[in-house]
Amino acid sequence: MGRMGFSPKHACLTDEKDPNRQKITNLTSCLLVSCQLNLHCEVRPPFSSKFPLPFFPSLPIGTKATKMSTAFSAANFSTQSFPLNHTSTTSHDSPLVFAKPTSQFLRSTRKLRLSSSSKLNLNRRSGTVVAVSDVVKQKKSKSTPTLLITKEEGLELYEDMVLGRAFEDMCAQMYYRGKMFGFVHLYNGQEAVSTGFIKLLKQQDSVVSTYRDHVHALSKGVPARAVMSELFGKTTGCCRGQGGSMHMFSREHNLLGGFAFIGEGIPVATGAAFTSKYKREVLKEADCDHVTLAFFGDGTCNNGQFFECLNMAALWKLPIVFVVENNLWAIGMSHLRSTSDPQIYKKGPAFGMPGIHVDGMDVLKVREVAKEAIGRARRGEGPTLVECETYRFRGHSLADPDELRDPAEKAHYAARDPITALKKYLTENNLASDAELKAIDKKIDEVVEDAVEFADESPVPPRSQLLENVFADPKGFGIGPDGRYRCEDPKFTEGTAHV
Amino acid sequence: MLGVVRKKMLGQSLLKIRPAVSVLRSYSSSAKHMTVRDALNSALDEEMSADQKVFLMGEEVGEYQGAYKISKGLLEKYGPERVLDTPITEAGFAGIAVGAAYHGLKPVVEFMTFNFSMQAIDHIINSAAKSNYMSAGQMSVPIVFRGPNGAAAGVGAQHSQCYAAWYASCPGLKVLTPYSSEDARGLLKAAIRDPDPVVFLENELLYGESFSVSDEVLDSSFCLPIGKAKIERVGRDVTITAFSKMVGHALKAAEILEKDGIDAEVINLRSIRPLDRSTINASVRKTNRLITAEEGFPQHGVGAEICASVVEESFAYLDAPVERIAGADVPMPYAANLERLAVPQVEDIVRAAKRACYRSVPLAAAA
Repeated sequence: MGRMGFSPKHACLTDEKDPNRQKITNLTSCLLVSCQLNLHCEVRPPFSSKFPLPFFPSLPIGTKATKMSTAFSAANFSTQSFPLNHTSTTSHDSPLVFAKPTSQFLRSTRKLRLSSSSKLNLNRRSGTVVAVSDVVKQKKSKSTPTLLITKEEGLELYEDMVLGRAFEDMCAQMYYRGKMFGFVHLYNGQEAVSTGFIKLLKQQDSVVSTYRDHVHALSKGVPARAVMSELFGKTTGCCRGQGGSMHMFSREHNLLGGFAFIGEGIPVATGAAFTSKYKREVLKEADCDHVTLAFFGDGTCNNGQFFECLNMAALWKLPIVFVVENNLWAIGMSHLRSTSDPQIYKKGPAFGMPGIHVDGMDVLKVREVAKEAIGRARRGEGPTLVECETYRFRGHSLADPDELRDPAEKAHYAARDPITALKKYLTENNLASDAELKAIDKKIDEVVEDAVEFADESPVPPRSQLLENVFADPKGFGIGPDGRYRCEDPKFTEGTAHV
Repeated sequence: MLGVVRKKMLGQSLLKIRPAVSVLRSYSSSAKHMTVRDALNSALDEEMSADQKVFLMGEEVGEYQGAYKISKGLLEKYGPERVLDTPITEAGFAGIAVGAAYHGLKPVVEFMTFNFSMQAIDHIINSAAKSNYMSAGQMSVPIVFRGPNGAAAGVGAQHSQCYAAWYASCPGLKVLTPYSSEDARGLLKAAIRDPDPVVFLENELLYGESFSVSDEVLDSSFCLPIGKAKIERVGRDVTITAFSKMVGHALKAAEILEKDGIDAEVINLRSIRPLDRSTINASVRKTNRLITAEEGFPQHGVGAEICASVVEESFAYLDAPVERIAGADVPMPYAANLERLAVPQVEDIVRAAKRACYRSVPLAAAA
């Protein structure tokens, strides 16, 4: 199984035995493969002054003329071992030897190597790929490091991720006690992606998700009580119990679902982004800069709707960020077995938008990439495709026995738990003390307990709710035998759904 | 009845003359006439000018002026931000329109034919029709999916299916099937103003047909209620329900039956979901016999639903079994003579009416 190979310790995880499995050794933690010429030159301005090095395109010198081809060669390149978590600040692997940023960039004649210490060229002059971790490492070595986040931000991120984790764990418990039913898909392990992206949004920005949407809802601001009640099927849920686990909607928080079909949310998200542009151009709301985030998985990236929307979003320059939560598995189908070219971020430039790969187990890296991608969208520069390498600690759903995944792989990613990572970062950089973090843990436990109690005590929907909300205009139920619209009959909702 | 005859004669003479001007308002006769195409175009035009949130999206709706010229002139008038030519991505743009509708815009999505809507059916059903329910009223979807439906002439199996029954079985959708220009104008305006997803099934062969329209119809605030059928021809002996093109056939059949002393009542359903069961049942209680006519496949079709409804509510009033006239249970053949056999003709309706009135030997459905 790919993705490994960036530490000698984990070299065993690369599948030496099965040559057919493509060894994706490494996708660099931040690689922007861009086919936009101007990005080569203008890498500095959009970035914050915290970073002396831009972390966008790693195209070698002289690539301007052939940007597309070198974009690909750079991508091939990026499959060199490039350790993702090698810094002490944000990763949890043992420190590894690797690429010092000053090495020369070599062209794509280099072969893929697995746990090698081959260096990824980081040519600074023409715009380079620099892992955030790299920069952070550099920063650490200076005497006065500038940190990626402030204390408040750090605590906010920590709290959000712990809320996601605690909530999902509680969901599992409740499911096995029979309080929750149907399909429940848990997000454990992927919290860095949700927190890293959604915490940068405003309330008017929209989020569209898949069936694995509890934590997206929580990050976007839907109260834990409302989500838990919805899962229990109670009338106090965010969708009054009518949606369920897979269909979380919130008008107030602009959470546009919750879709069970793979790929279904992507066009809807693209439409929400279209609305933002339409409001600006046609309805003349000149300051409308709402951004939409579409979250979906690796399996979806083989679906037609994904490509259709990449095309239209880039064509119409819509303010959307396509966030791929690549957790390597679509139920039991490994990403490598189902995809001809498993490097999803490369699909972005094929449609005219930047494609970035980021370590999705590290909330700070995700946040940095998200800032840029969301900033791009807000400025009207168009869509971005961000591939977050992440992992789900549990099975696909609570009904999935999760037998196909290699325990060594699971152990590997468990060691990269995003919450533990952030905790380590906060404590090591003296942003927060252990006591403060424990206090947050306790507070979240109470929030989740309270949510469960609230949901338990809430009433189930009344019978009359069955026929409500089918139409916004209930005259859609038609005319009854007495010649009047059915909805005007006060006893209409007391019957069965048969009209 | 006389009105029907007059309309028919005028219609025929107009078809022969067929001016090239897009809106037929220049006749000096007292009744004004309008083709269905112009009716749809004017309805779109008026709704787009009344509400800035309405926009049109589809293949060839802009620069090509519409695959069937329904959106002629709209690009020039409203610009490319509101009349969008899309790439060939039904699933993609139907979903984009739904996403836009979630945020309060009012998209009108054109499918070049409803056969292509099958590529987008996930969005029509799952993200449009069901969303208001799944979100408990938070996300209403004021979207219209429109386009030609049903058989055209010689276009083969993949371009000739009627989707009325498929969409009408889904809760959360409203399905409308206009026949005349008045229907087209009124129902399209109602659909665009409606806060729910509407599937608007037109018919390609009707686009060029001209109908007389009153001044009330031409008024820009004209709107027809969704869910009410229209009795096109009042009768006493047998009820014929039809929608879209079949209404024309039913009216012709009624005239032929008239000569044989059978006075048929023709109901133009206009709205398949919600079905106007009240009008249908009231009519059946009056005439005691029912023929349902549709173009689509017979099994699980619109006629089946009407028959079930009548059996449930007016069983005691039926004097004869309900006759269903539908398209043949075969994919549409190409050869012209076979196509004629696969689509209901006027004679089929006449024969069915006579069977229902016990005037002829029962035959297995010939079509």
